[in-house]
Amino acid sequence: MGEDGRVLDPDREKRKIKADKRMREIMAEYYIEAKTPREQRGKPIAWITSGGPVEPLHVMDVIPVYPENYGAMIGASKMGVGLCETAEEMGYSRDLCSYARADIASATVNGGPIGGLPEPDMLICCNNICGTVLKWYEVQARYFNVPLFIFDTPITHTRFDDDMRRYVKRQSKEYIAFLERVCGKPFDQDRMKVVGELSLEGQALWQEILETTMHKPAPMTCFDAFFHLAMIVTLRGTQTAVDYYKMLLAEMRERVAQGIGMLAEEKYRLVWDNIPIWYRMRWLSEKFMARSACLVADTYTSGWTGWLPGADRNDFLGFMGESYARIFLNSGTDLMAENILRMVEKYHADGVVFHSNRSCKPYSLGQYDIQRIVQEKMGIPTLMIEADMVDERSFAESQIDTRIDAFIEMLG
Amino acid sequence: MPLSEPLHQAGEHPRDYARLWKERSGGKVVGYFCSYTPQELISAARALPFRIWSSGADISRADSHLQAYSCSLVRGALEDALAGRLDFLDGAAFPHTCDSIMRLSDIWRMNTHFGFHADLVMPVKLNTDSAAEYMTAVLHRFRSDLEKGLGVNITDQRLHEAIQDWNRVRRLLGSLYARRAGDPSSLGAAELHQVFRAAMVMEPRASARALEALIHSLPAAKPDRRPAGVPIILSGGLCGMPDIHQVVEAAGGRVVWDDFCTGARYFEGLVDESEEPVAALARRLLTRVVCPAKHTGIHSRGHYLLDKVRQQGARGVVFLYLKFCDPHAFDHPYLKAMLDEEGIPSMLIEVEDATGAEGQLRTRLEAFMEMV
Ligand code: SF4
Ligand code: SF4
Repeated sequence: MGEDGRVLDPDREKRKIKADKRMREIMAEYYIEAKTPREQRGKPIAWITSGGPVEPLHVMDVIPVYPENYGAMIGASKMGVGLCETAEEMGYSRDLCSYARADIASATVNGGPIGGLPEPDMLICCNNICGTVLKWYEVQARYFNVPLFIFDTPITHTRFDDDMRRYVKRQSKEYIAFLERVCGKPFDQDRMKVVGELSLEGQALWQEILETTMHKPAPMTCFDAFFHLAMIVTLRGTQTAVDYYKMLLAEMRERVAQGIGMLAEEKYRLVWDNIPIWYRMRWLSEKFMARSACLVADTYTSGWTGWLPGADRNDFLGFMGESYARIFLNSGTDLMAENILRMVEKYHADGVVFHSNRSCKPYSLGQYDIQRIVQEKMGIPTLMIEADMVDERSFAESQIDTRIDAFIEMLG
Repeated sequence: MPLSEPLHQAGEHPRDYARLWKERSGGKVVGYFCSYTPQELISAARALPFRIWSSGADISRADSHLQAYSCSLVRGALEDALAGRLDFLDGAAFPHTCDSIMRLSDIWRMNTHFGFHADLVMPVKLNTDSAAEYMTAVLHRFRSDLEKGLGVNITDQRLHEAIQDWNRVRRLLGSLYARRAGDPSSLGAAELHQVFRAAMVMEPRASARALEALIHSLPAAKPDRRPAGVPIILSGGLCGMPDIHQVVEAAGGRVVWDDFCTGARYFEGLVDESEEPVAALARRLLTRVVCPAKHTGIHSRGHYLLDKVRQQGARGVVFLYLKFCDPHAFDHPYLKAMLDEEGIPSMLIEVEDATGAEGQLRTRLEAFMEMV
């Protein structure tokens, strides 16, 4: 019997990922430290965008906090609608990104599952994911009246050129100068080396974990990846993340060795595109599982590993700007299509599920073209789900339910 | 007062104007989005810079490329391109501004066949040395992209002349605007709107000549007559712009200033003619009135708006946004709060489409004017 007295399904128990428990503990510890009153905690707090260069913050003993990660938690705990409505009452249009709305509201009412994020001492905004974060962080800079650093990363529509390279390199220096000023202490280059190594190691491990699903049956699904992603987002550059991912990787390898898949039967293998629909993760996961469809890979969680090839381990700050500028979301639609095509091949997928996410224009506009390209080049079925990652009001359950059924029929 | 033929034609039928210009001159036409495009470089390449906004036609083709949650400018422009309504274009330029334009550039590049396609991946923050250096580099690159793409050589001399031409247009637009704000009866609101539309698609020398003639022909301002109507400032970014001046005036207001990229943001700030031309262009883009998709500080736009309210003696502000326009929607609460603090009433109008919204706006604006 489980903790709540329910009878457990032994087959399902066998398939559960054991590391989950440790993951929850680590995340709890992380938020407990961040939420400790300033006087006891000692370390300053920075709010930073999910794709932002976090490593220098660790060097400076600053605790990074991610409003987007919190947005996901708000979504998963189904508190999104309430907070979004609060933001709308404050005058923010319902058409704006629901992470932004949830965060802007949460800051004023201490909302969400942990009663709000700790107040920031500084804000670090990297626009490699969207233009929304610029506006959102401007809002928070006015609200909290703290310094804002903008790391401006030009998009690679078709080329990343030397001018861009120079621009982001110069900004890495400006970023360090900003941190030195705000923290009132010099930047430690030796520590940067250590943190840089840990960051790269964490990313490499995360990539390996994601790749274990190339195996049939896949030892986990992308819904598991969505959960374990929190670590590479929030604790990238720390020993904790490296240790945890080593443990998770070992478990995945063990599952592969024993032939334990996440699904009892894996008939179809699918790729997911875009941010998860946080408030319906369970529903979606079970829906696909019931039809023996395994979501083996996704474009979202692999977004935090994309820059490994270009890394120069001896000069982390030297390549940091370019690496962050060249993440896949900050590239042209055709490059994003190629990324999905590669994934379909690599993971032997039978179809692609697109989440057209009305919150996120850079991720979603262009998806119709990508869908067409996938259909033309791979000849496999695709599904487009129109929804939103946090705002449940944009989720039409019965319609989506029918469309998933029709899609699975097409998989043959 | 009716406008002269060239202004009327270009304002009312911009696409016909471009077709005719092309036929007569044998030159190339480069469409562009957003007021951050340096038209000077396009002119210096002997091409016609043509500002693209939606014709407002029904959307059908664009629906298979863009979700319903993109603004009507982006959807409408793509529709026009796919439907062949922009067949006279030899290419298009996309400055990096909002997320929607950023993706429109990709979708446009992948689905149209105009030949020339330029992304001006400009900095988003404009207030640092490295951003200034990068902006200059982006313009140099655009210059060589134009040279390669259109098969021309852009000499410094040509560029210098283009800068002078465009400065002249901006100056004339500015003085026309000022003249009219002091005495709205001198030029109808509908005509003013047409003049702006015209100036964004016309060859600069022709438009300067037409503007000069227009200003000359305006009746002399009568200093003793106090202009009627509640002084109002417009703020927002109807990239497609309905006939809003006219609607405001019909409701009892008088537009004394605007913060539109198709209005004052377009003509404010001249390019320094004594500086090295590309550096001078960069400087104007870095220092001109900022758009919400760019950053020069967390209160820049609010301070600008308050200054204009004071300078122009405005008694109210009307915000006018296009639905699904993120950059503007994010700024509205703080701009409104700053105005509230100073006791300046404001109202927000959000329109789905830039065209055909006049009717529903009128009643709301009348109520607002009464309150002010
Ligand atoms: S717009 Fe997209 S990338 Fe930007 S914060 Fe929202 S969800 Fe993230
Ligand atoms: S109206 Fe707004 S969203 Fe649309 S193109 Fe202009 S800035 Fe972008």
